[in-house]
Amino acid sequence: MPEETRVAVLGAGMHEWGKWGRPFVEYGLAAARDAMDDAGLGWRDVQFLSGADTIRNGYPGFVSGATFAQALGWTGARVSSVYAACASGAVAIANARAQILAGLCDVALVVGADTTPKGFFAPVGGDRKDDPDWLRFHLLGATNPTYFALYARRRMDRFGATEEDFAQVKVKNARHGLANPKARYRKDVTVEEVLASPMVADPLRLLEICATSDGGAALVLSSMEFARRHDGGSPLVTIDAVSTVTPAFPNTVIEMPNFATDSAVVSGAAAVGFRPSITAAAYAEAGIGPDDVDLAEVYDLSSALELDWYEDIGLCGEGEAEKLLRDGVTALGGRVPVNPSGGLSCFGEAIPAQAIAQVCECVWQLRDSADGRQVEGARVAVTANQGLFGHGSSVLLSR
Amino acid sequence: MGAEAIRVPAVEGWFTTGDGAQAPALLGSRCDECGTFAFPAESGYCRNPDCESSSFETVELSRRGRIWSYTDARYQPPPPYVAADPYEPFCIAAVELDAEKLVVMGQIVDGVSVDDLSVGDEVELVVDTLYHEDGTDYLVWKWRPVNRLVVTPGWEG
Repeated sequence: MPEETRVAVLGAGMHEWGKWGRPFVEYGLAAARDAMDDAGLGWRDVQFLSGADTIRNGYPGFVSGATFAQALGWTGARVSSVYAACASGAVAIANARAQILAGLCDVALVVGADTTPKGFFAPVGGDRKDDPDWLRFHLLGATNPTYFALYARRRMDRFGATEEDFAQVKVKNARHGLANPKARYRKDVTVEEVLASPMVADPLRLLEICATSDGGAALVLSSMEFARRHDGGSPLVTIDAVSTVTPAFPNTVIEMPNFATDSAVVSGAAAVGFRPSITAAAYAEAGIGPDDVDLAEVYDLSSALELDWYEDIGLCGEGEAEKLLRDGVTALGGRVPVNPSGGLSCFGEAIPAQAIAQVCECVWQLRDSADGRQVEGARVAVTANQGLFGHGSSVLLSR
Repeated sequence: MGAEAIRVPAVEGWFTTGDGAQAPALLGSRCDECGTFAFPAESGYCRNPDCESSSFETVELSRRGRIWSYTDARYQPPPPYVAADPYEPFCIAAVELDAEKLVVMGQIVDGVSVDDLSVGDEVELVVDTLYHEDGTDYLVWKWRPVNRLVVTPGWEG
């Protein structure tokens, strides 16, 4: 791994995921305190606070960096506040990492937290006929699960995936999350129970679509030099690459919240699709490949989408994900467990916290401290996710 | 006062409603420089990063395409979707247009269930009522399977 692109993860912290409707700042603070305790550092040691924004909690959510800094007590620390939809957490990590690698600070705190409404995510209010996110609800009634279902149906048509395969992803992740104290849903389910749950967007059922949750996650990052001076008491985990790529034109896969894909009439489809390009950039930056990965945390917004990710992060070739799942390769005990945390299936999505939470799980796995869900001998971990409007997000970690 | 509702597009400039012999169509843009299509129509810079054109022609897109994928909406979508009361589930398809080499979303006309659809099926564009409010029918484009007899209040009347 190239030393010049590494930063140390000194602390990881989370507020558990659930649905309480309390202020998002409360979850973020709990996670931040947890991460600083884990690092053996205090708020006064933090020089840069990188906040991941929430857009459904008023003005404080849009300036989350300052909101969290004020709540922790003003110290003059520099801040940034970023929104990148589901990728917000990864972009907040990227900002903190860039500050550290540029030598502008030694210790940075990354925080994301959300309080979510019940039911389908709806667009931000108002009558906004120039916002594709507003228009897709208004003109099509296209919710997020609509798009997940289009991808799922496509897998069935192209690769022969079955409803049982999709249900098996849910069964696997539910089992993974059973022992995770931060997970919102900790309950075993059977294929029969999944298939008996109500259809939401054919072929996806209620138990296969990620819920919306409250939660908060935080990380304390530092320069490698600072980490060598500071003994945090845990095995040192590093972030070796962060990918925040956008799609390459023409993107021929329909993406939320768009009405249409790019036109491939001039140049033909891009050589690498958007989702595969996300982790490819992280692998290239770290100088490793998917074969080096011991575990992955991917964005299972739906059960079927997790199968797409197996291929997109390079665990197998196109159309081979169902076989990987059926052979148990991606379950705990398999060659490369996917979503050992239980994934979104057990957490539900707390948008700005989620990409940070993926990294927290990787940190605990790489430290050998993921009780009840430990991937044996884990040395390299990768996260993958995708934010609305074309925000790629992947973080590569190692011990 | 007449019972005839006023019919207006639910969004301005995205499609023609058709009349008489003229079938409705989606309105996209074609770049004057490189020929790249866009829907909805582009008015700023060409989406092709290797093209610096900002000049576009508004064009009617292909009226027929093939289903790239499809699903349905069993639960009522949240506002700003204006749902019928009582709510009736509907299908949504992403449709591949061959000439433009792009995929466009759209609702499927009423009376079609996912069991009636397959990836690759041919569909054609119609204009139908999206919702009714204060004596006005707000119109939107929808896809109708070509090989099915579906009775729908489309542009043909």
